[in-house]
Amino acid sequence: MYRYDQYDQAMVDARVEEFRDQTRRRIEGQLNDDQFKPLRLKNGLYLQLHAYMLRVAIPYGTFNSEQMRKLAHIARTYDRGYGHFTTRQNIQYNWIKLDEAPDILAELATVEMHAIQTSGESIRNISADQYAGAAADEICDPRPWAELLRQATTFHPEFSYLPRKFKIAVISSKEDRAALRWHDCALRIVRNAAGEEGFEVYAGGGMGRTPFIAYQIRDFLPAQQIFSYLQAILRVWNLHARRDNIHKQRMKILVHELGEVEFRRQVEEEFQTFLALGTDFPQAEYDRIAEYFTPPPFETGLSDDIDRSDPAFALWVDQQVVAHKAPGYAIANISLKPIRGIAGDISAEQMDIVADLAERYSFDDVRATHAQNLVLPHVRKADLYAVWQALEAAGLADANLDLITDIIACPGLDYCSLANARSIPIAQKIAERFENMERQLDIGELKIKISGCINACGHHHAGQIGILGVDRKGTENYQLLLGGSGAEDTSQAKITGPGFDEAGIVDAVERTVERYREIREPGERFLDTYRRVGLDAFKEAIYG
Amino acid sequence: MADTFRYRDDAPHEEPAITLDSFIEQPGGASAVRVEAGDDVRLLVPYLDQLQLIEIAFPRFRDGRGFSSARILREAGYTGELRAEGDVLIDLLFFMRRCGFDSFASQHVLNPDDVEAALNRYGNVYQDATDDAVPIWKLRHG
Repeated sequence: MYRYDQYDQAMVDARVEEFRDQTRRRIEGQLNDDQFKPLRLKNGLYLQLHAYMLRVAIPYGTFNSEQMRKLAHIARTYDRGYGHFTTRQNIQYNWIKLDEAPDILAELATVEMHAIQTSGESIRNISADQYAGAAADEICDPRPWAELLRQATTFHPEFSYLPRKFKIAVISSKEDRAALRWHDCALRIVRNAAGEEGFEVYAGGGMGRTPFIAYQIRDFLPAQQIFSYLQAILRVWNLHARRDNIHKQRMKILVHELGEVEFRRQVEEEFQTFLALGTDFPQAEYDRIAEYFTPPPFETGLSDDIDRSDPAFALWVDQQVVAHKAPGYAIANISLKPIRGIAGDISAEQMDIVADLAERYSFDDVRATHAQNLVLPHVRKADLYAVWQALEAAGLADANLDLITDIIACPGLDYCSLANARSIPIAQKIAERFENMERQLDIGELKIKISGCINACGHHHAGQIGILGVDRKGTENYQLLLGGSGAEDTSQAKITGPGFDEAGIVDAVERTVERYREIREPGERFLDTYRRVGLDAFKEAIYG
Repeated sequence: MADTFRYRDDAPHEEPAITLDSFIEQPGGASAVRVEAGDDVRLLVPYLDQLQLIEIAFPRFRDGRGFSSARILREAGYTGELRAEGDVLIDLLFFMRRCGFDSFASQHVLNPDDVEAALNRYGNVYQDATDDAVPIWKLRHG
């Protein structure tokens, strides 16, 4: 993985001191709360319902055991002994004290971590395929480009006071594990007929109250020109976005209002300006970064056999283990979705155990996923049983990846000051309802995503079953949506009809699932059946 | 106007600035123009030689359009004074300098020590802008 040199380290160290100084000026009254707010947000510090929340960046979802142990230490020392992995491959802490925040940032800096641009109206932490460098289907590792763009977009002087947040994702496979086209700017690495590397560029995606799926603005952009192109997109948006209504300032709204053709025309024109300035990073810098992502020294001649004699282990292998590019190795997913647990939550003790496993069995490499799970990307098949045993002992061996109990849920009204309704208990009740493993396996892939308000942090627009919590005359009410996807077959879920109360939404989900089981054809996932029969066939079952 | 900071060696140009619209209606008269957030500064590009002061308004510090406006003017070759005026806060100054601003007229009282600290906080930068800071990638490769 990437390691800081003296320049990167000096940058995060300076950031810690800057934030310490900003906090001092706030406490001394030189900055009012309105002025301080964007500064703390650019350091990932939100004010939630009960306390400050700190969101720590995990660039492109990749980190190591030393960093995981530091995250555990922070959970124990400054929070209540746990952390929460988010739908942006980051981790957040829910019980932070403002005056301790600079110290936490200083601790993070000692392990090459930070909270820079994890919130606020800035270019956010860049997300990527969690299987990068391990996936059998990738054309190259997308992370060198993600790291190059991380540097290029850190403290960008022109684009640090943007109209709204700006999210970038990078992948390099046909299969999309990063919800690519739900980002403001989405990049898929491809090769052209001449074998040259470039990007398919998508622009204007996003969830929130007005969801849009990003459109393809470029089918092939020479890879070396990506920073110019990105700056062109950002400048067009920065100059022309509305500034009078925070709900209409995301880039997706500008793209929609200008139209795809006109937006592209303006971007291409601005692109020529940036190309002429020569601000793109040179090949030598890409090569320097890519060096850090050379594949680990995989052993050769390993067996691909897995001893499946323990049925609980065999189930876990079937559900959590994915093909690796190197023979004898596997990608092992760690579920953070135990029944009755909280989606994405992990205790400090569990973090330490995952760190140990990564160090011992996965070339010191851990990944966070946008579905709020973790990954050990490079495990020898022969070691899978030992890994599983350790996970089992730590309460981390649930075998529910992409099943109905692998639910994405935002923190909701239990924590978040924006929420209208709770998400966590709804996810828990649904998981309990479908706890039976045989039933889960019979249902197969079914991605439920729950948001506690229209800001859609729980990705309900992309849920095969989406749930949106709203406030209806002072009580929590839950809308049901069907047919969304955050994968390569991206689609936006549609609302079924009137909402439900807390018990009603669980029943409605069950009626939806039972209808699917009645009408599915062999081999069809829930989403396939939904697309074949349409919403009405389900409405009848849901509303009678 | 509470405070002005200027980072130029030439004498201040004190002609009152006129609006961009007025200037475009009668180019040739004035040498100082005020640009509001949302104005298209590319309209000024044919006249940059005759301008000595361009003042860019920051009506609210969160409104970052002025950063792009400044860079566009510098990239087009403007060498006169480029002033940020309005809700200009200390923590914007470093980015403003990098985008080509060389004077600040803040509506707030800014502590000169804090201004100095903010401008010198970062020894290096990751990317090119319109200042002469050398990006880190260039330092890495000599």
